[in-house]
Amino acid sequence: MKKFRSFARGGIHPPGNKGYTSDKPIRNAPLPATAVVPFSQHIGAPSKPLVAPGDHVEEAQMIGEPAGFISASVHSPIPGVVKEITSIYLPSGMKTEAAVIELDGEFSRLGKTHEDRDWVSMENTEILEILKNHGVVGQGGATFPSHVKFSVPKGRTCEVFLVNAAECEPYLSADHRVMLENTEDIIEGIRIIRKLLSPKRVIIGIEANKPDAIEVLKAAGEPEGIEIMPLKVKYPQGAEKNLIEATIGREVPSGKLPIEVGVINANVGTLVSVCEALRDDKPVIERVVTISGGAIAHPANIRVRVGSSIRDLIEECGGLTEEPAKFISGGPMMGFTFSNLDSPVIKGTSGILALTDKEVKHFAPTACLSCGRCIESCPMGLSPTTIFKNIEHERLDEATAYGLDDCVLCGSCAYACPAHIPLVSAFKAARGRKRRLSVRNKG
Amino acid sequence: MDRLPLISTSPQIHAPGSTRKVMLWVLAALTPAGIWSVVLFGLHAAIVIAASVAASVLTEGLLNLAFKRNNTLDDLSAVVTGVLIGFNMPPEIPVFIPVVAAVFAISVVKWSFGGLGANWMNPALAGRVFVFFSWGTDMTSWTLPGIGGVDAVSGPTPLGSLKVAMSSLSPGIDGPMRLLESAGIPTTYTDMFLGKMAGSLGEMSALLLLIGALVLIIIKVVDWEIPLTYLGSFALFMWAFDGLQYGGGLFSGDVLFHLFAGGLMLGALFMATDMVTSPLTRKGRIVFGIGCGFLTFVIRRYGNLPEGVSLAIIFMNILVPLINRFTKTKRYGVSS
Repeated sequence: MKKFRSFARGGIHPPGNKGYTSDKPIRNAPLPATAVVPFSQHIGAPSKPLVAPGDHVEEAQMIGEPAGFISASVHSPIPGVVKEITSIYLPSGMKTEAAVIELDGEFSRLGKTHEDRDWVSMENTEILEILKNHGVVGQGGATFPSHVKFSVPKGRTCEVFLVNAAECEPYLSADHRVMLENTEDIIEGIRIIRKLLSPKRVIIGIEANKPDAIEVLKAAGEPEGIEIMPLKVKYPQGAEKNLIEATIGREVPSGKLPIEVGVINANVGTLVSVCEALRDDKPVIERVVTISGGAIAHPANIRVRVGSSIRDLIEECGGLTEEPAKFISGGPMMGFTFSNLDSPVIKGTSGILALTDKEVKHFAPTACLSCGRCIESCPMGLSPTTIFKNIEHERLDEATAYGLDDCVLCGSCAYACPAHIPLVSAFKAARGRKRRLSVRNKG
Repeated sequence: MDRLPLISTSPQIHAPGSTRKVMLWVLAALTPAGIWSVVLFGLHAAIVIAASVAASVLTEGLLNLAFKRNNTLDDLSAVVTGVLIGFNMPPEIPVFIPVVAAVFAISVVKWSFGGLGANWMNPALAGRVFVFFSWGTDMTSWTLPGIGGVDAVSGPTPLGSLKVAMSSLSPGIDGPMRLLESAGIPTTYTDMFLGKMAGSLGEMSALLLLIGALVLIIIKVVDWEIPLTYLGSFALFMWAFDGLQYGGGLFSGDVLFHLFAGGLMLGALFMATDMVTSPLTRKGRIVFGIGCGFLTFVIRRYGNLPEGVSLAIIFMNILVPLINRFTKTKRYGVSS
């Protein structure tokens, strides 16, 4: 067997369950009659609303502008009338203002494709401005505004542009399908980023369980000097720091960003958005979402407008076959459970899962056996049990010394723990507590 | 919807294991050796094991009840402790002794430190050592197994005989097997491997214990590091130095005899591997295993007591926090 590259420490092998959807071509969801468009779909400051109730908006019209350095713009996915600006909770638990838009009027963009705008002769600042005005954010899950990410800080150079095509989360196949069906858009996106960053190398890191995607990317990318690196199927191969380790063998120093080791990376979905923003003058108003899980009648990959309700999407996939134990936004390892099916799809929604009891294996926690499975599975070389015990004893400084802040929240430890101890939950809570304490101490 | 969907923090899925399953597998792996002890020593063996299990479970249950703690019996760890205590008893032991051992193990060593996961010493071993030093005569009265209608008769263990015979070592005896022969209690490697010798209930058959442990290692309930390094380092030290006292040179020790005699297999495969009281990392477990092997060798070879497994493991249990401190994993992005 061929030996693929991988990260060195830990990692787990949860059942992939990608077979539900990986061979299902992307199909378009019906356009929503009502779109709920949050003003905060990204990391950073929420965008500033540009519309008020009663306003008429065009399809793809900017309705929220960036309100700060790290912020992104938001566009209307459908033409219509703004009914109200209201407060909603996203599946992640975040509270945000959202515009409720009722469909009305003509779709001006729908069906239009390649505009072939000339971006080659543009200045870099102009390209970044377009990314900013078209609401491009990272679509791997973190939703970091792209115009910030692709601005190399002064005194730094981007040596490697790393494309994250690992898609290591179980069930999800949206990126996989995008690679197969939008190959040219991805390559065009890479060309644009190449112009922006002028990296020495462009590497696509992809898990070896997608041989068809590896093949098409090789055919399209290798002539342009893009390296396609098949990686071992091991979770979390697509975690930023581990992907850097797996592909180029460098470790991002604790507490630093990837640019520290000369790397900037992006998810394949983000590259499609970059391409569409520059080439087609199209803002991010839709994305591909995997709808899957044992309780979904007909799992599928669907291209859907931002702001569509999750309930409609599940209906589009034939509804539920049984009461699911959990609804999840994102993948099962790092995604969020939610109960409100009227929540909207946002730019960062990679998947909607409805999992059965058999799939989630939910147990009440028992005492820690010190078996070391968590240490064995941690891709960051941490001792989750030690961090957890320090948190339990309110020793946040000790927990930090043991690497609380280096944890990437991948969930490998909690997945493997035979005592079902909610390790990730404790780490998230402890970090929140640390933040609040530091704010209070400053004040 | 009939019920609300679960709201939980990631990860939303989980590996199939649980504490209860771990304990169930350990119990399953111990079962053949338990059945063998009943075959060899009759009903009394079953009564001893059953009594120590009952005492362990009752002690933990009553303490939980009295101090209004959550029920912890479902994790089955008290049952495992009970079985191991039973396994560590001589065949003819009065039943109250394993009961006392179990009560001590659960109440003092396990429960008072916070229950499963919080004890820093293997409860079963602590219970055994407690009664060993309290009822020394009962704890060292051995019986030769009876098979096929033959009654069990009293007789010393190979290691016990060895310590006695060693005091009058005559020239020409080149190892433990010859020494036992000259002392009038000959044995063979096969008998020792299969458990046809005097000894504690559960330590009789190295073969059955090895099979059970191998299953646990294959299904990854137990890691290979401790059994291998414990047995390996012990064998190495015995091979290197045990020949000296019989007038042989270095590297002439009788490794097979020492591997199959006494409680070494039971200790190395099922007691030293207790997750709670062994180090967290694989590196740490290797250090721990070698330490156990070395100490068992030292006690057996130079100590007053014939055995040494219990004390060696307990001593290494105490060192676990220290071992953990020096065998941390190398962290990503942190230069050491």
